[in-house]
Amino acid sequence: MIRPGKMIKQVLGSLFKKPATTEYPFHKKTLDVPARFRGKLKFYPEKCIGCNQCVRDCPSNAIKIRKVADKVFEADIDLGKCIYCAQCVDSCPKRALEATCEFELASIDREKLKVTFRDNTKIAPTK
Amino acid sequence: MHKVVIPIGPQHPALKEPESFSVTLSGERILAFSARLGYNHRGIEKACEERTYLQDVYLTERICGICSHTHSTAFVQAVEEIAGLVIPERASYIRTIIGELERIHSHLLWLGVAGHEVGFDTLLMYTWRDREIVMDILAQVTGNRVNYGCNTIGGVRRDIDPSQTKDILKAIDTLEERTKYYIDIATKETTLIERLSGVGKLSKIDAVTLGAVGPTGRASAVDRDVRRDDPYAAYDKLKFKVVTDDHCDVYGRALVRVGELMESYKMLRQALKEMPEGPLTVKAPRKIPAGEATSRYEAPRGECFHYVKSNGTDKPERVKVRAPTLANVQTVAKMLEDGQLADLPIVIAAIDPCFSCTDRITLIKRSGSRGPAKRMSWEDLHTYSIDWYRKKGLDFTGLNEKLKKWI
Repeated sequence: MIRPGKMIKQVLGSLFKKPATTEYPFHKKTLDVPARFRGKLKFYPEKCIGCNQCVRDCPSNAIKIRKVADKVFEADIDLGKCIYCAQCVDSCPKRALEATCEFELASIDREKLKVTFRDNTKIAPTK
Repeated sequence: MHKVVIPIGPQHPALKEPESFSVTLSGERILAFSARLGYNHRGIEKACEERTYLQDVYLTERICGICSHTHSTAFVQAVEEIAGLVIPERASYIRTIIGELERIHSHLLWLGVAGHEVGFDTLLMYTWRDREIVMDILAQVTGNRVNYGCNTIGGVRRDIDPSQTKDILKAIDTLEERTKYYIDIATKETTLIERLSGVGKLSKIDAVTLGAVGPTGRASAVDRDVRRDDPYAAYDKLKFKVVTDDHCDVYGRALVRVGELMESYKMLRQALKEMPEGPLTVKAPRKIPAGEATSRYEAPRGECFHYVKSNGTDKPERVKVRAPTLANVQTVAKMLEDGQLADLPIVIAAIDPCFSCTDRITLIKRSGSRGPAKRMSWEDLHTYSIDWYRKKGLDFTGLNEKLKKWI
């Protein structure tokens, strides 16, 4: 039957239901981040062989690999530049990179977005 | 009656993206309408030439925030054609599945926006709530709600495992039930029918002449769909009906889109059932041999076109993108002829515009006093800019040396 107010039943029914939205910053537990989510990158310095495949494939030049000693490498990742495509994770032949589920990365300071991953055990203590 | 020309945009509450329109009015009646594109120009085509093919996959994905899979697939298809790669069958099925899920989310989004533009915000609230179901599925399968990062040259990056297949099928069942409800509303709710019928009329002849694509064309009885006419991915193996309508107005466009939703559910069920086992990628070379290719893809908004020219290096020589909105935006002027000003937001929204995808060029009009326009090479432009600044008292020549001295 053609008539106005076709949705009224549904609308009134919703009055007695819980909201479909979640109160995000207050209730973080309700957030369900999928397992395949591509969040903040994690670098395992002990696995890196310094082949620079990740640097070459990164679409936004967000990652830099630095050689600090023989077979010891550090990674500088600019989270502000990173587009979270996780191509570096796919490109890495040694699985030295991993995309975590961490996503709350906003910052008002650009310098805080630059993260350095280093293997502290392998670096000789400096004076 | 007195004629008034009013500008709408680039910033206007009725528009979701910056774009400039000029409307000639006689009272409330629209006499003429013209659009000026170029406010969202991001230089993506040029940026593509500066990056490798693999990086371009992620760049083209970011052309559109809604049909991101569309652009990356269209680009990847063109590159694969030049390189002579045949992707595994499972990969082509996964591309199809993600593409159809994307269509569902885009059409549900449009239904909400259309409801909002005609003041039916209840529809917006409910369609967008239901859209979250498909967004969650996309996040679960690909890892992200938009910019799925699913494509790579020579296949796909993410597999669909059996538990996900089960979740997708469950979500489709819920969505199908909801879509049937929306079809019921669209065909029986008087306020919606009265508001949309006869608004933004576009005859079949006009649709063909102006080159309307996608649901805009199909709602004017133009029976065209790239998925059927020039099948890509796994569409040649799927059974589906191309939904057309002869209402030729905004109401017809709404009916086509909800009809397409129902077809998408059918296609997804078939694709998930028939998806063969096998590898996801074939090895792609870093350097693509010289050649050129075009690629067509039926985006939720219509036919999306990509052209790629390679020169044997790891970077493309030219990438050309024609988003569906560019083909459809001319039709708006025809639709609005003799229409009411109040119908303008819904008529523009009815083509499901995506202006930031459309902008490939910025035209700078030179006024007559500065003489005729002239062509300039890149080097000429460089020297022109240096001279221009020098006249203003700014000299940047030898800046690097000066900086070095300071440091």
